[in-house]
Amino acid sequence: MVDAAIGETSVPRPRKAAGRSGLRKALKRKSTSAFLMTLPLILLIALLVIYPAFYSVHLATLNKSMQRFVGFGNFEFLFKRDTFWLVVKQSCIFAISAVLFKALIGFIVAHFVHNIPAKGQRKWRGMLLVPWVIPPAMSTLAWLWLFDPSYSAFNYTLSFFGIGPIPWTGDAAWARFSVILVNVWYGAPFFMIMYLAALKSVPDQLYEAAAIDGANWWQRIWYVTLPMMRNIIAITTLFSLIVTFANFDIVRILTAGGPLDKTHIFATWAFRVGIEGSDIPLGASVSLFMVPILAVAAIFILRDVNKRGNES
Amino acid sequence: MSTMTVDKAGPTRNVKYGSMSRDRAWALRWSYFFLVLFAIFSLVPPFYMLITSLKGSAEISAATNPWWVFHPTLENYVALLSSNQFLRFFFNSAMVSIIVVIITMLISIPAAFALSRMKFWGSATLATGVFLTYLIPDSLLFIPLFKMFALIGDVTGIQLINRWYVLLFIYPTLTVPFCTWIMIGYFASIPKELDEAAIIDGASWLQTLTRIFIPVALPGLIAATIFAFTVSWAQFLYPLVFTTSADQLVLPVGIVTTLIKGDVFNWGQIMTGALLGAAPPLIIYAFLMDYYIAGLTAGATKG
Repeated sequence: MVDAAIGETSVPRPRKAAGRSGLRKALKRKSTSAFLMTLPLILLIALLVIYPAFYSVHLATLNKSMQRFVGFGNFEFLFKRDTFWLVVKQSCIFAISAVLFKALIGFIVAHFVHNIPAKGQRKWRGMLLVPWVIPPAMSTLAWLWLFDPSYSAFNYTLSFFGIGPIPWTGDAAWARFSVILVNVWYGAPFFMIMYLAALKSVPDQLYEAAAIDGANWWQRIWYVTLPMMRNIIAITTLFSLIVTFANFDIVRILTAGGPLDKTHIFATWAFRVGIEGSDIPLGASVSLFMVPILAVAAIFILRDVNKRGNES
Repeated sequence: MSTMTVDKAGPTRNVKYGSMSRDRAWALRWSYFFLVLFAIFSLVPPFYMLITSLKGSAEISAATNPWWVFHPTLENYVALLSSNQFLRFFFNSAMVSIIVVIITMLISIPAAFALSRMKFWGSATLATGVFLTYLIPDSLLFIPLFKMFALIGDVTGIQLINRWYVLLFIYPTLTVPFCTWIMIGYFASIPKELDEAAIIDGASWLQTLTRIFIPVALPGLIAATIFAFTVSWAQFLYPLVFTTSADQLVLPVGIVTTLIKGDVFNWGQIMTGALLGAAPPLIIYAFLMDYYIAGLTAGATKG
């Protein structure tokens, strides 16, 4: 105790003796080297993320040959096109229903994994996370082959139950369903892992207390698990909403937006218009429509992150 | 009075115990049942990739049971692994991913060290900004980035579009923010006494970083490396936009664009290619699952 007190008071003393200018110089050197260490990061973000984001706004105000300023001309053009409103509607349907099912399935599966004896959990978790590990472009090819109209393994199996051939990617409604199904397949494991980590952090005493009070399993979930996991659920859902809303690979490979633009979402339509149709300004305008929803989700995530940062 | 209550409570308690353990047994059985269902749902596509990759083209177009291989053959693997084009895709993918991992580490470790330990003007804002950057998706930036690099080509004469190494500039925008973010978390969890002791012993900042932070935060470093590698390996949109010639493509784009010729799908080779393309992340995952999951959950639980 005495030693510690002496140590504490004696440490600043030599520094003071060394003089103010030396201390200041050292501080200056420290902050300069800190700045230099973060410089590559700052440059990368400034040149390849922030600058392109603003450049995109600039591009959106040009005409197709990018020589004339047209102001909001591209947006006015988009608002008059039915395809654009179709894309808006489909993006919302796609993102909301996919995230909802991912969250629901992830929650249910996490509970089942949490339920079984601890020594078997690793094996099951390992198997259930495989969809998240495979690059989505590769696994979507497998789904495309499973959905194949003439040799479809799914239709072959369903034919035994007397269910007629389903046009998985040929019919608008089924194509939308297929795209969402593949996205749920790919994304649900992420939710499962997040929820499982959160479930492990709920103290057992809470469940014991609830059990003593006579709570049934539903009440335990509703009054103990969900409130304890609220933060993780919120942040995972918001994060997934951003990723799903901006999804490209799955829709591109599975349907390429077809049939008749009925499965296009913002990213795939921006690619079709901007790169394939070489109308870069219009493509930039389309992709800019993702900004509002991304910004809203990002603000909520940031609020949560800052809140937890302040707590710790 | 008291004896009566004890008598009453005795049997009901026993019954309750019995029903509870029976409930638990049933809950366990249901858990396993649904886990099996979900595992089947998860593993059908990779299983089907494997099945199809072992089939010859005759068997694929025959109307036999698609879920089984009757005449297993390795002809698809031989065809792809002896094709220079496919090996080129694999080489491009490997080069891009490995170099991007190195670039990412060189940028994000010093930055995370500075942001977590050496407070300077704006460091807190920058840390938040890094996280915000991670939330900006690739589908928002691919058009302006494409135009930017095309303009660089026009102005300076350095042609970067349609070269695989252009991806070395682009991919770090996906990997660096997240890796920096989780490294900040790992570095911040190292006790201050450790690096203070090193400074008192006369270590420079660089020595503190290499002798203390990197060894102590090695699990985080491995998780970040795995993340950077898998993201670079799986990226599809940027290479699709930036590269077009067959010898410049990376694996995912190469398989999609060259093995699908018009309406002709060579499914045996496509599935083989997809399986080989999925193999590196799957192998890493199989051996380093805990690090992989640590990296996955760190993004949301750290902070």
